[in-house]
Amino acid sequence: MTAVGRRAVLVGGAAVAGGGIVAGAVALRPDPPPVPVPTAGGETVAFHGAHQAGITTPAQAHVVFTALDLRPGSGPGDVRRLLRMLTDDAARLTAGRPPLEASDPELPALPSRLTVTFGFGPGLFDVLGRGGECPAVLRALPAFATDRLDPRWSGGDLLLQVCSDDPLPLSYALRRLVRSARSIATVRWTQRGFGPARGSEPAGTTPRNLMGQRDGTANPPAGPELDDAVWVRDGPGWLRGGSMLVLRRIRMELDTWDDFGREGKHMAVARRLDTGAPVTGGEEFDEVDPRMVDGRGIPIAIGGAHVLRATARDPRERMLRRGYSYDDGPTADGLPDAGLLFAAYQADAARAFVPVQQRLAESDVMNQWITHVGSSTWAIPAGCAPGGMIGESLVGA
Amino acid sequence: MTSILRRGLLAAAAVATLALSACGSSGSPAAAAGTTAPAAAGLTVTDAWVKPADSGMTAVFGTLTATGGPVTVVTATTSASPRAELHEVVTNGGAMTMRPKEGGFVVDPAAAHELKPGGDHVMVMDLGTPIRPGDQVRVTLGLAGGGTVEFTALAKETTGGEETYESHAGMTGMNG
Repeated sequence: MTAVGRRAVLVGGAAVAGGGIVAGAVALRPDPPPVPVPTAGGETVAFHGAHQAGITTPAQAHVVFTALDLRPGSGPGDVRRLLRMLTDDAARLTAGRPPLEASDPELPALPSRLTVTFGFGPGLFDVLGRGGECPAVLRALPAFATDRLDPRWSGGDLLLQVCSDDPLPLSYALRRLVRSARSIATVRWTQRGFGPARGSEPAGTTPRNLMGQRDGTANPPAGPELDDAVWVRDGPGWLRGGSMLVLRRIRMELDTWDDFGREGKHMAVARRLDTGAPVTGGEEFDEVDPRMVDGRGIPIAIGGAHVLRATARDPRERMLRRGYSYDDGPTADGLPDAGLLFAAYQADAARAFVPVQQRLAESDVMNQWITHVGSSTWAIPAGCAPGGMIGESLVGA
Repeated sequence: MTSILRRGLLAAAAVATLALSACGSSGSPAAAAGTTAPAAAGLTVTDAWVKPADSGMTAVFGTLTATGGPVTVVTATTSASPRAELHEVVTNGGAMTMRPKEGGFVVDPAAAHELKPGGDHVMVMDLGTPIRPGDQVRVTLGLAGGGTVEFTALAKETTGGEETYESHAGMTGMNG
């Protein structure tokens, strides 16, 4: 309609400028049929399916993680009511439709690959009276020597991970989901993050973090390798088809990092900033060769380099790093307050995130600039079919 | 002239699309939990929801679509209370008034019939137990000719439409 309106104005202007002949010509020649311009806003990601969306979904540009706490005195019936509402809201919003009780269709109309992903924290299992079903690693993640965890970014009973390429439908989705939840749950914390704008680099390019590094090079490629790393295949039935999420808020000391020498930056990670390629040669997706030495016999990649410590030493250590940058600064003193919302999805956190993080806490050159300041652990239930409810096999319909 | 002509065509096309999508909704997958009724009676109900309430009255909303010929809804019963009525909201001397709908809801296959705050709705009266957010209410519509359509309405909170019931019409007991 807007395009038609603007065309009409242009036609009117031409008629005035050129006189009657032009106006007559316009009236006789039929306009070409309008060609719809494809836009990304209308793209949707299916909500229903064997797995929840928003995990192996190629990362959208924006994320908000919100942790909810069930109100004191909540019981299983309250959890059911909560999940019933949130599932219904999420199914509609991700399809570009408003929640049942909302009247304005414009706000959710261009979801831009909106996804809503739910995670269950240990407290939710306790409220269900099924505390024993919460995987032990999620109930009590080991403490790591380098942790400096702040309760304001940690814990929670129910996680909402909302992603979209456009912050507007994302904001609307979050406000409606929280509105549905608030009679049953309170908001514990909210963390917002961002990745590269859609289309800024070719699809599939490993994004850069705020230190300038290509971050996520080690992620398994989409397909069987990724599926094996991420989805729970055995264990309790309610978790099969689901995953485990460890969400860490990692503060970066960007002021000192920016002033650190460029070669030092390469050595700290053992990969180059520009290409993400190993300092031992090759291209981004080649592995760092820890045995390669220079002319004097000194290893090119130093032993404490981040990548050498973080690389999976066993297929079960593989995980999907679906990280987003955060920037809540600058502070009053003009310093950055920024870092990484490190979202690690894996089939078993006890065999993936925990051993990898133990190695990094023991020794990682990057520890001079990064500090884990928030931590939460989530059981990610399987997806649901149309008409179903997220978590129904655990919670009951 | 040309653009006006095209706008007319676009409007006509939009109406046609609307009618098609409305008629097609019985065949499309349910958008979300518990909102679709079977089409056996020639009527589908989608996007059904109910306003939470502790006691007294509340209302059920949704979209009614006739899948064959015109359908008239003449009664409603719910799992939430012993009494329910089909209501409409009319403007009377500048004020909005809620009253039972004479002759029921006539659903024409050409256009979906919306039950919404401030408009037609199923009035649920004499609530026995509170309806809380996230609760489900079973609703059965009785059709002229004897058929019934059953569906589930999900309780979702809103203050939308309350101005109609309270400020102008003086109807109380609608807020959840």
